[in-house]
Amino acid sequence: MSERNAFPKRRWTAWFAPWRRRPGYWAFVLHRVTGLGLVLYLGLHLYVLRLLLRGPEAWDAFIRLAKSPPFLALDAVLFAGVLYHALNGVRVTLLALDIGVARQRQGFWWVLGLSVALAVAGLVAFILR
Amino acid sequence: MAEREVTFRVFRYKQGDPAPHYDTFTLRVDDRTTVLEALQTIRRDLDPTLMLRHSCHHASCGTCGMRVNGREVLACVTRVADLGPKITVEPLQNAPLVTDLVVDMGPFYARFVQPGRPFVRASEALPQAEPPGWLIAEGRDPQSGLAGYERFENCIECGLCTSACPVMASDPAYFGPAALAAAWRVVEEPRGRDPQAALRWADDEHGCWRCHLAFECSEVCPSAVDPGRQIMRLRRRLLFGR
Repeated sequence: MSERNAFPKRRWTAWFAPWRRRPGYWAFVLHRVTGLGLVLYLGLHLYVLRLLLRGPEAWDAFIRLAKSPPFLALDAVLFAGVLYHALNGVRVTLLALDIGVARQRQGFWWVLGLSVALAVAGLVAFILR
Repeated sequence: MAEREVTFRVFRYKQGDPAPHYDTFTLRVDDRTTVLEALQTIRRDLDPTLMLRHSCHHASCGTCGMRVNGREVLACVTRVADLGPKITVEPLQNAPLVTDLVVDMGPFYARFVQPGRPFVRASEALPQAEPPGWLIAEGRDPQSGLAGYERFENCIECGLCTSACPVMASDPAYFGPAALAAAWRVVEEPRGRDPQAALRWADDEHGCWRCHLAFECSEVCPSAVDPGRQIMRLRRRLLFGR
């Protein structure tokens, strides 16, 4: 019977279920999204570095783009993503060692709060500089 | 008792259909109506072709597990009054669909046998499952230090955790929270079974290491099994031996 069933077809997006609103699940979703974002960023970063091979003019042109406000805004998003992924990584590591599992929901809020606070502090420091 | 009208949007699928669809039913319910009672009313009075499973009607058998408004619940103890005026009812996920709200639980049950924990362990009916007599004979409070005994076997094999798990949604080979929690029970209280065999079984890329710590399993469990916690305990035992 199981083999004859056409449904449900397993979808690669099936892990994303936004109607679940428990903290642990959102910690998982944000960790996965920031992780995918960081992988994408790393790929782009390595791809851009090839401009160094094209000489100073090509590199300088890219640096001018990198200093533009839209690009700096993306850098701020990247920084926030790095912060969340790193801090939640610490949370996940502790949980995986059976440390603090009973407080995993509170741990997520701490991670989120710290990420936002440090991201804002970094942004303010950058702007003031 | 206050009555109100509620609209139920119910997942429908029959073998051979090209695709599933949703049927809408409107019922009058009161403050005590459960989702299961509403579905049984729909089946009795409106559409006798609606298929669903149920048994005990008091959250001890796990048969009526399904998704209500996207969340895994036991329909027999889920009050309609606690939900909105429009309720969506769907079958559990991560299990082959048989028809309507009925899924094939065979693969789910099959995973329990491997870690050395069959469905019912004979020793659960024996004195070994009771607080030890020496504790009482010494005049000590039988309630103290009994955390390891109190839980007994909470799991009712309802499948809610497996349905809620986002890893199961994308990895069909993952052992799943229910079976892994059962493996931990063998480690925690062997009762003649080999705990090392259970640990070896769980020590697999599709075993306890596949969990991504979403903890939705623990959130939806109606029976205080806390499968997420048991998976972390397996990991700790495998890493540190204690």
